[in-house]
Amino acid sequence: MSLKRKDFLGLYNVEADEIYEILETAKAMKEIFTRSVKKVPTLRGKTIVNLFFEPSTRTKSSFDLAAKRLSADVMSISKSTSSVAKGETLLDTARTLEVMGADVVVIRHSAAGAAEFLARKIKASVLNAGDGAHAHPTQALLDMYTIKEKLGKIQGLKVLIVGDIAHSRVARSNIWGLTKLGAEVRVTGPATLIPKEISKMGVKVFTDLDKALVGVDVVNILRIQLERQAKGLFPSIREYRQFYGINDERLSGLSKDVLIMHPGPMNRGIEIESSVADGDQSVITEQVTNGVAIRMALLYLLAGRDLKDEDLN
Amino acid sequence: MKTLIKNALVIDPINQLEGKYDLLIEDSKIRKIKREIRENNCEVIDLKETILLPGLIDMHTHLREPGFEEKETIKTGCEAAAAGGFTTIACMANTDPVADNPATIEYIKAKAEAGVVKVIPVGSITKDCQGERLAEIGFLARSGVTALSDDGNPVMNSEIMRRAMEYAVSFGLTIIDHCEDLNLAGDGVMNEGYYSTILGLKPVPAVAEEVMIARDILLAELTGARLHIAHLSTARGLELVARAREKGLKITAEVTPHHLILTDEAVKGYNPDTKVNPPLRSQEDVDKLKQGLKEGLIDVIATDHAPHTFEDKLGEYDYAASGISGLETAVALIHDRLIRQGLIGWRDLVKLMVANPARILGLDAEGIKEGARADLTCFDPAREWEVEPAAFKSKGKNTPFVGWKLRGKVILTMVEGKIVYDDRGGQSEIIY
Repeated sequence: MSLKRKDFLGLYNVEADEIYEILETAKAMKEIFTRSVKKVPTLRGKTIVNLFFEPSTRTKSSFDLAAKRLSADVMSISKSTSSVAKGETLLDTARTLEVMGADVVVIRHSAAGAAEFLARKIKASVLNAGDGAHAHPTQALLDMYTIKEKLGKIQGLKVLIVGDIAHSRVARSNIWGLTKLGAEVRVTGPATLIPKEISKMGVKVFTDLDKALVGVDVVNILRIQLERQAKGLFPSIREYRQFYGINDERLSGLSKDVLIMHPGPMNRGIEIESSVADGDQSVITEQVTNGVAIRMALLYLLAGRDLKDEDLN
Repeated sequence: MKTLIKNALVIDPINQLEGKYDLLIEDSKIRKIKREIRENNCEVIDLKETILLPGLIDMHTHLREPGFEEKETIKTGCEAAAAGGFTTIACMANTDPVADNPATIEYIKAKAEAGVVKVIPVGSITKDCQGERLAEIGFLARSGVTALSDDGNPVMNSEIMRRAMEYAVSFGLTIIDHCEDLNLAGDGVMNEGYYSTILGLKPVPAVAEEVMIARDILLAELTGARLHIAHLSTARGLELVARAREKGLKITAEVTPHHLILTDEAVKGYNPDTKVNPPLRSQEDVDKLKQGLKEGLIDVIATDHAPHTFEDKLGEYDYAASGISGLETAVALIHDRLIRQGLIGWRDLVKLMVANPARILGLDAEGIKEGARADLTCFDPAREWEVEPAAFKSKGKNTPFVGWKLRGKVILTMVEGKIVYDDRGGQSEIIY
């Protein structure tokens, strides 16, 4: 089993059957978590580099754990500890890592297109862990995995993404992935945070949260970056909470089966009320678990391109 | 020394001359134009099956010298111009030091003396192109400057722009404005639309250009200034200019070849060579600009030649420098993508790239007539070639047209009777 591609940069040009294959692989990976020894030798001798040019605790530790559970040698470099701070270019950093024998470079970068640039320049596989506002495919895949696990399917579901769509790579990757699997995707947020012509991506745009919520199966709540308010994109935090915050009252009229998701880290009491985040409908902690499984699946499918149907035992 | 040009198809609407002619050139001038000239003791250049135009003028280039010689020098910029078929180029003021004073203008002119084409320096509108205090416009005018621009930067302060226009009028200078509202543009790197949304790149809305065009038009109406809009790139910007002209205002506008040929879809793949300011616009904008070109609403095609180093364009799109090295591809692109498609003809091209820029810059466009300076551009419409930046004379290899196969090429450029560029045999030679 393997992917048809050297790199995994986003879901824009990934087909539905490929997404299903990744989700299936992740299911097998997740099964490993239930064992007493949560580790398989599959990627022994493979080297995985986590190259993080942007602060991240969650995604980095998730990739770190995923690589370790597959027995790969893993090296994590973040901006503050690498020579990037000294002005070394992304290209030179990556080339250095490549000659050190990296099989997969996992990259997180604040500039959109950074992962694609790297993929063109180095022979190692590149796995995008988030580039600017462009793509965050592993997050979208873990979101889809969680939805499928909880609701049994994705096709035909109504999924609402709430918040700062304009600056969100999570939203973009979810839109590509979910629409490919036949879900109806809605987006809502302040008009100033909805990017132009997003409806051409196949989504319905709402500016009224309560209207957007009618009939949905999943609500995926994005983190609101507080600096957006400072930049004048919306007037105040309390106004954001009032018009776009998800709370019990808003959810009271909806089905109790509606899933509540959040990619984290949450601003409790702003975009999501604590009682919702910690409530029965919330699958936020399961998203974290599934994140490790999805990342194991992708590392396996990329680093294992030259492996022969090796089993996971 | 005499040169006899034979069998060229001359196209010059300035002198209503069109057809097969021979030209006798002596010293720097065209001495004789006839259907057939027989003359001994002269160099004969047979330009059979090629088109001979009055020497082209690019009224918008960045030669980077002084200050950014790693990107381009006046010498290499002139060579690139010659290879692109331009005999005269205007260079923008955003050098270091900025051309906001006569000494820098004199420096550029002195350097240009040794260049293969003629260079017309543009002075800045404000000191250091900072948009805060007026440059010494009177002294600039006295040193021979005919146009002012802070190109690269807009003049954001409307009061300053108003005063600059009022002041420039009394010295007979044209104001060339880079129209960009910096607040609306923010830290955007590409056109706002579907492609910025899917690529996740920070957007620059078209309205950032349009509000400034509207403001400039109102200020020009108030002050009576001669206003020229640099690198117009949006449909509504063009609409504003056309409407202002209907009212009788002295407003002109230029468009670049890349804004006529590429759309923001070209940014897919994050190639930093597609990063340019103003950004490549939507299909709708490009369609409207082409329509405007066809209808004669656009006065000038100018390259906005903006050479950069390899490192300036290496890596992340967000951090790359903006600009396209355009001198050496302009005419071939226009021929291949606009003339061959029947959108404009050669006569239009001469208006867009000779007569109109000359008028705006206050130059005397003599064209092809007896007694005129022999500034000539020869174009072979059948020559097929591929854009290879490594072969550019410009130091700037930054072009989004890498690998494009084009039909038609400049094969000879003559400045005041002297051949400065010769590619008749494919040798692409600059001659000093």
